[in-house]
Amino acid sequence: MKGENYMQLEFPSRSANESFARSAVSCFAAQLDPTLDELGDIKTAVSEAVTNCIVHAYPDEIGTVIVKAKILPDHVLDIVVKDRGCGIPDIEQARKPMFTTGGEDRSGMGITIMESFMTEFRITSTPGKGTTVHMKRKIICRGGKR
Amino acid sequence: MKLTSYVQDRLLTVALTGEIDHHRARQIMAQITEKIDSYLPLRCILDFQEVRFMDSSGIAVVLHTLRKMRALQGKLVLQNIPPQPYKVLHAAGIEKITEIKEECMP
Repeated sequence: MKGENYMQLEFPSRSANESFARSAVSCFAAQLDPTLDELGDIKTAVSEAVTNCIVHAYPDEIGTVIVKAKILPDHVLDIVVKDRGCGIPDIEQARKPMFTTGGEDRSGMGITIMESFMTEFRITSTPGKGTTVHMKRKIICRGGKR
Repeated sequence: MKLTSYVQDRLLTVALTGEIDHHRARQIMAQITEKIDSYLPLRCILDFQEVRFMDSSGIAVVLHTLRKMRALQGKLVLQNIPPQPYKVLHAAGIEKITEIKEECMP
């Protein structure tokens, strides 16, 4: 693939946009010729990141969610999910499996799933300013023209 | 969207469909609760055959159903789980706390 391709989405933190966001990133990723399994992992990770913005970053208001995706050399998909919400006071606690502040509706597995389904995962947060999740997923090259 | 279910001899089978995410999870949980509360089953089967996508919200749906069934001293079985939802459930170790029917493994 020549050069680098990228896309950016911005949408309000409404839960109806969860499926839109994961489908959009999955369509963008299609140019890397991923397997169904790889696409499933990407959709799941994006769904978790966007859901966290909706549930946790903006608990009592509708705010802006930004999703960026980029193709890096060597068939790597780079995904950034960003909000300007309330931030996470204790990231280490938030990363623990089964930990949630979301109540019975939530499983507390979102971050664990993003970490295990993606090749790289980074989360930075400033209370009062917002949270950024940065993930990379290497797509295995299965031959043929790109 | 209404969930289809089937009851026989205090066995409740609920067919989950489409995409299970945070947007739909609360409604799905409410419908399962309503069915369990009205039929008081001894066994509940959640069928994943028609599930096209599931994120961790689906784990919460399973845990919620498991709590409801345990309160009735009943059992929960998951069946016909396609590969993508299976991977998500497996990440949470769901197979350690509920029964998954053999033939449904990917």
